[in-house]
Amino acid sequence: MATKTLPSWDVITKHDVFADANHDEVARLNFLTHLNVHLSANVLPGVKNAYETQVKPEFIKAQGHEPENRHQLRAAITQNHTFQMWSALRRNTMEMRQQAGRAQVLRQIEDIVAKVEHYNEGADTLKLDESIAIPENVGSVDIHCQPGCYYTEYFENDVTVAASYDLGLFVTTAGLLGALSDGGGQAVGKWLADNHPDFQPKRILDIGCTIGHNAVPLAQAFPNAEVIAVDVARPSLRYAHARAKALGVNNITFVQADAENLSQYQDESFDLITTAMFWHETSDTAMPNILKEINRLLKTGGLTLHLEQPQYQGMGVYEQFIRDWDTYYNNEPYWGPMHDLDLKDMLSKCGFNSDDLFETGVVSLVDEKIFGKREKGDAGEDYGRAPVWNAFGLWKK
Amino acid sequence: MAEIDKLNLAGTKAKGQRPYFLADKQTEQVMSITMALAMELSVARERIATLECVLEQKGVLTRDELAAFKPDADEVAKRSQETQEYLARILRIIQQDKEELMSNEPTVEEVQEKLTQGNT
Ligand SMILES: C[S@@+](CC[C@H](N)C(=O)[O-])C[C@H]1O[C@@H](n2cnc3c(N)ncnc32)[C@H](O)[C@@H]1O
Repeated sequence: MATKTLPSWDVITKHDVFADANHDEVARLNFLTHLNVHLSANVLPGVKNAYETQVKPEFIKAQGHEPENRHQLRAAITQNHTFQMWSALRRNTMEMRQQAGRAQVLRQIEDIVAKVEHYNEGADTLKLDESIAIPENVGSVDIHCQPGCYYTEYFENDVTVAASYDLGLFVTTAGLLGALSDGGGQAVGKWLADNHPDFQPKRILDIGCTIGHNAVPLAQAFPNAEVIAVDVARPSLRYAHARAKALGVNNITFVQADAENLSQYQDESFDLITTAMFWHETSDTAMPNILKEINRLLKTGGLTLHLEQPQYQGMGVYEQFIRDWDTYYNNEPYWGPMHDLDLKDMLSKCGFNSDDLFETGVVSLVDEKIFGKREKGDAGEDYGRAPVWNAFGLWKK
Repeated sequence: MAEIDKLNLAGTKAKGQRPYFLADKQTEQVMSITMALAMELSVARERIATLECVLEQKGVLTRDELAAFKPDADEVAKRSQETQEYLARILRIIQQDKEELMSNEPTVEEVQEKLTQGNT
């Protein structure tokens, strides 16, 4: 069988505030994309094998039983050479991706900032608030090893961290998120159109929007709605606002706010409240605080919907452990604890009727800009590309 | 805009202590350097591929001509020399380890002891 080729990073949509890439920068990002795929397709299966043939039998010999949970498994496997090698390579690949993206952005940061300012100047759809502090769940370590996290500014009006974040998602997902890294938001729009065509939200809140990857497709799906997108990270909001404008999207207001306290918005003032890949970066105190705010802000008859990775419950111990790698080795401290939560329990503690909780897969279309047009007749064949997201949510009755 | 140190900012670390996985830290750092070099080599190879494309587009040569190119005797000798130098350079540490294992050399401490008659 011929090796499946990967799309070039260069097919990504370069909106007006996107960093330019020269020949060697493209080559570097392509190398890193291939390295990521190589590690998961070719090296990671070796870790599974090492677990099954070495780590597990030794564990059973010593303890008389298999590892009962991922923590026991982790304690045992960290001594294994195959695991160590894969982990060292993976961690290093993340760090290389960060350096590559930052170097690319920094060499042209003055131009990017000028373009961002051009879009942002005088706009009343960008509301920054100096008094908003960076919460503990965002500021304690640089999440997913992104130096400066989402919020660090190296000079006035800086957007370095945001511009680097924008260009790098492709590298870790090999294009699966689409040419604008917005597959998740597109999937939500499509799911709503397919399943609830009569639902026409007038006011939408997106929490933890970062650079608006998934707020933009929602705003496009509901062009008559007013979308409020909040985050604590100023450089990300600045970039998000300019990016949305550059994409011709004018119905989003980006607001610097801490979602634990959104008292500026009235009770029951939103029809739809969303998050995308957000909860795993909160905390045991932030998550219920924010859920309570959502419950307060959501209209009766409204929907709250959240894209996340699946919860660990019911998953095999090894799969849990591998999914949990990021918790310890990619600066995602709340990833594991969040995926252990009983969502029903959490929602009912925050005032929701948790019997209404539903979980569903949402699917976006394969992005033809990246993967090319599908041949007629290969409808059933998506080459493993069909991007599926896990979502949970509930309608407030 | 304030002056910023772009070179160091690009490579700055993420906040939070870095976990190390291999037997020792230096080994992992060497791996890290090696992988960065692998990336740069890949970039260089792409650049060569680009050069070939452009040269072909401009009608300077075709890739078949490149693939069919036969170096003459002088060129073969030159390349052989270069390849040997290249290998010797990247495998230097192996050569030096072999030399040491085949010799019976003193350590600096032993020499110092001798030169100071044990007075240090
Ligand atoms: C993983 S990112 C979310 C990605 C984004 N939703 C998307 O679809 O691309 C998490 C974001 O949540 C923000 N965040 C974390 N805690 C927050 C809080 N209490 N209030 C507002 N934003 C918060 C972070 O600053 C960060 O930008």
